[in-house]
Amino acid sequence: MVKLAEWRGKEVFRKYAIPLPKGAVARSADEAEGLVRNGTVPLPCVIKAQVLAGGRGKGGAVRFAATAAEARTAAEAILGLEFKGERVKELLLEEKLPLSGELYLSVTLDRSARLPVLIASRRGGVEIESVDDTEIDRQYVDPFPGLTAFEKRRVAKVFGLSGGAAKSLDKLLDAVWRVFQEEDAELVEINPLARVGDGLVALDAKVIIEDDANFRHPEFADIRDDRTPLEEIAREKEIAFVQLDGNIGVIANGAGLTMATLDVLKEFGGNPGVFLDLGGTDDPRKVTEAFLLMAQAKPKAVFLNIFGGVTRCDTVATGLVEAMRQVPASDRFPLVARIRGNNEKEGVEILRAAGITSIPQLKESAQAVVAAAAGGPP
Amino acid sequence: MSVLLSRETRVVVQGITGHQGTVHARQMRQFGTNVVAGVTPGKGGTTVEEVPVFDSVREAVGATRANASCIFVPAPYAKDALLEAVDAGIRLVVIVTEHIPFHDMLVMYHYARAHGARIIGPNCPGIASPGVAKVGIIPNVVFRPGRVGVISRSGTLTYEIVNGITEHGLGQSTCIGLGGDPVVGTSFVDALPLFQDDPDTDLVVVVGEIGGTAEEDAAEYIRTKFTKPVVAYIAGRSAPPGKRMGHAGAIISRGRGTAETKLAALQAAGAQVARFPYEIPGQVAEIVARGARR
Repeated sequence: MVKLAEWRGKEVFRKYAIPLPKGAVARSADEAEGLVRNGTVPLPCVIKAQVLAGGRGKGGAVRFAATAAEARTAAEAILGLEFKGERVKELLLEEKLPLSGELYLSVTLDRSARLPVLIASRRGGVEIESVDDTEIDRQYVDPFPGLTAFEKRRVAKVFGLSGGAAKSLDKLLDAVWRVFQEEDAELVEINPLARVGDGLVALDAKVIIEDDANFRHPEFADIRDDRTPLEEIAREKEIAFVQLDGNIGVIANGAGLTMATLDVLKEFGGNPGVFLDLGGTDDPRKVTEAFLLMAQAKPKAVFLNIFGGVTRCDTVATGLVEAMRQVPASDRFPLVARIRGNNEKEGVEILRAAGITSIPQLKESAQAVVAAAAGGPP
Repeated sequence: MSVLLSRETRVVVQGITGHQGTVHARQMRQFGTNVVAGVTPGKGGTTVEEVPVFDSVREAVGATRANASCIFVPAPYAKDALLEAVDAGIRLVVIVTEHIPFHDMLVMYHYARAHGARIIGPNCPGIASPGVAKVGIIPNVVFRPGRVGVISRSGTLTYEIVNGITEHGLGQSTCIGLGGDPVVGTSFVDALPLFQDDPDTDLVVVVGEIGGTAEEDAAEYIRTKFTKPVVAYIAGRSAPPGKRMGHAGAIISRGRGTAETKLAALQAAGAQVARFPYEIPGQVAEIVARGARR
């Protein structure tokens, strides 16, 4: 999931000719003031923090300016602000347009229906979650014909648009649909979509790109805003890694088993902090890398819980033994291992030879690691 | 008897010359599956694990009357592989491949549906009926023939749970791993009717995860139409909202898809809820002892 900041989303919109206010990005107050003075951003203008969290308007992360000096003051006030845990490093300055209405428009996936859903509401400019369901229109769009004329007419009716405005909407909807499909988006949201005369202008842009489509979107590969440094390294090594508050490290294979392990540890009073999902691998080096990564997270104890399918138990055991040899003494941690499934006997034997016991039952092994994290013997 | 698979199931493995394709073609055969063909464009005329390899699914079907496919090809090519299989007349396709973009999967799903074909997966362990056949990658060792149906969104957790049922002295009729991606070919609601109609399944274990509303949909089906006993487990009760736990499906967003909502819905539908994977075999055994009537 790659969440694009507003300005990046708008860069994408620009490629598809979605109408936008005139604007530019600034990374300092000097730069902000300059953009206004040289006319790149017409006055009056709006200055918006480029953070991923919503509710910027209420949170003081959006300000207005009528002069270049005011733009500078606003930029100084917003830059460096900590907004819902995110430091503001970038601003988007845009002309403030004379609006006659604010609408809501988005396309996303409905998993149950297994169809894209086009969502429209006349109540734009507020969080869609706060709008009453009766004022939100949802229609499924079949990927085969794609977005059709009758579906677009329905949105026009929802928005109460006719004539020139309906024509603007028609073009806009085609563009939004193309962004959704061609950019492999999970979400394309415009809120508010402003009425400006007979035109429609995207005042905000929320675009989320699907990770799995990275192979056809190298342009998004460098945008990784919400990962910790260790999560970043893990990503490069294709290991799913999630960092939470807690002191037990969990290395498992598969999301379901990882989550079940978390549930069991919590039940016995454990506080799991780092999750490392090996996925399916039969490369012992990947297992070794996973353990070395885990060591960097400084867990109190580590629980290895593997059910071998694609990943064979002997592969995991070999990788683990090698990792234990490589982990520096200062980073050592108590380890509880449980390896089951394909090649279990061979794996257990490799561990035994290295002095590690595999505890076959989930409950007992989970209890052992909780005890080890609390300082007791594993 | 079993669900979806039979003695007449003849499997073509797409991507058989790749490492995973080769390994699992062998394991499927060891399970007793009739693996009749492999497909890798450009490798036609060779053999892998004594299985003849063809350049296209159409050729494979023509020569071997294959009627099910197991896809191992890498994600960027998976869409084409599925379209090719359906176009060649295959009506059951298990997609093991992970990381297929959901936009591709939307096209794949609706194309398959329009042609009356069923997809299981993607990013799934597949389907197995002990004593009958296996299409996919679930380890052979965990199974034992029996009368418990298993439907799961997970991979390895499915192995864990099937293994637990086997260690408890019970066995499975059919186990289906649906896959955890945002768009799956077969959901709980699609799979449950198959077990409802299967005379060899007495009860069903439903293994869900946080994220999405597939389990809530399943609960509604169970409440209104499913008459066999159900034991349900949902993984991720303690997972924090907004953090993606390993794969794209497993995320709690906007307060939807929490373990609580799913468990409450399933319980209200009459399912027996297991709090941990290791509680499942005991609960299953109790139902069996009661005569498997809800």
